Amino acid sequence: MKCMKCAKVATFHITDIERGKPHEFHFCDDHARQHLAPMADSSDKPAMSEMAKALIGSATEAALEPTPVDQQTCPVCQISFGEFRSTGRLGCPHDYEVFRDELMPLLENIHEATRHNGKSPRRAPRDPKQQTMLIQLRNDLKRAVAAEDYEMAARVRDKIKLLEQELGR
Amino acid sequence: MNLDELTQTSGEWLRGTGPESDIVMCSRIRLARNLNDFPFINRASRSEKGEIETHIRTAIAAVSDNLAYLELNQRSKLDLQFLVERQLISREHASADYPRGVAIGPHENVSIMVNEEDHVRIQAMHSGLSLHDVWEQINALDDQLEERLSYAFSSQLGYLTACPTNVGTGIRVGVMLHLPALVQTKQIDKVFRALQKINLAVRGLYGEGTQAFGDFYQISNQQTLGNSELELIRNLTEVVPQIIEYERTARQKLVSERRQHLHDQVSRAYGVLKTAHTISSEETMHLLSSVRMGINLGLIDDLEIPTVNELFIHTQPAHLQKIQGTPLEVDERNVARASYLRSRLSNGRHTEAN
Repeated sequence: MKCMKCAKVATFHITDIERGKPHEFHFCDDHARQHLAPMADSSDKPAMSEMAKALIGSATEAALEPTPVDQQTCPVCQISFGEFRSTGRLGCPHDYEVFRDELMPLLENIHEATRHNGKSPRRAPRDPKQQTMLIQLRNDLKRAVAAEDYEMAARVRDKIKLLEQELGR
Repeated sequence: MNLDELTQTSGEWLRGTGPESDIVMCSRIRLARNLNDFPFINRASRSEKGEIETHIRTAIAAVSDNLAYLELNQRSKLDLQFLVERQLISREHASADYPRGVAIGPHENVSIMVNEEDHVRIQAMHSGLSLHDVWEQINALDDQLEERLSYAFSSQLGYLTACPTNVGTGIRVGVMLHLPALVQTKQIDKVFRALQKINLAVRGLYGEGTQAFGDFYQISNQQTLGNSELELIRNLTEVVPQIIEYERTARQKLVSERRQHLHDQVSRAYGVLKTAHTISSEETMHLLSSVRMGINLGLIDDLEIPTVNELFIHTQPAHLQKIQGTPLEVDERNVARASYLRSRLSNGRHTEAN
């Protein structure tokens, strides 16, 4: 979840009760501190430099307009990078490959790392390419049905069945 | 599984046993996993979600006879809220409206959410501070499921998740702490800021975006990529004893410097709970928190921790309605809650519900 005031990850989740109604806030460290400033000791009030940083942050946020990168689309699940940016959720495993150049700096920012260092699945994975293909075929099927192109739909369905058998589903 | 039977107990996270259980309510780990041959949930069609659920459900059934599977799509709002209150599903999982489910293990110390934000979210929890035991349990279950499911995994980025904040290990290692003295002595902000600096997140009782009801706080890692599962567990295992120490020091300070004030506050809280005729869930949590601390400090001697823990959950809106056996509006709930509290807290010592 992103901070409501800037692009950083929200790490504070605050619910204030105002006139009997709960209001939820999701903030990064800096903005949470600003939000909670009245309650904190006077010595903890954010410095002017932080205020300035926050102002710049909200100014850039307001100026965010769709960029060419935002229109880039995953061929497998059809999600655009812009959609990901607005929802914070990716569409399929293949997105990590397609949006790699955009995602790596983000991962570095969130995790301060870009390489997995933990557990791996014990057995060898099934062929990832074939599995990506399956996601894509299912999408094709959906579109063929929506377009009432039943001939195409039947062909795609046969391909899906074949692949599923190969993958041992 | 009959949900009504669950109202007889308080669930694993409120069992009130295990190391440091006066402050650490429970230790919890969750793992996020996705199937490799389906889109993530937000791009999956309804029928794909149905297929995903079937695959995972079949794998769960093959892994263990002890996991009871509940389809959530057919459940009433009350049932869903009940499962949220027991920490078996998330609020997001409860409010979705497509094929999804949850598998629940014996004693409710394991739950597997199917089609939450990720296809699979395995969760294990133990009462008290025991993250390594929780890890052993969840790791074994993850291995068993993985023998039957092909997970989205890349050698560089690890387990691939719908949200990049979970990629890598897909793990969230957390403890739920009861920190009333740090709240009262206004040191809690300082503790949070210190935790923030070492990349730990603080959340309220029911996860993201919820208020810290009853002085309960969940502390967990927020980085999932780069460190191994055991390193992340170690980070938390090293930090939590320090927070426990701060809370104990703050409690002792309250006792030594403001004993009468503290005793008064605890007794009044107890008094209100025993005599009120209408009471909100928030006020109940707030007062129970004082009472819980009072028992731990020896200021109340005719009530036991497991009873208080049980009251925390039994007075939640959905639990209350389940126990009463009828849907209730807010005002009716407040009256029913007060009446339930009076009956459980009257006549001296009460330990377990029947």
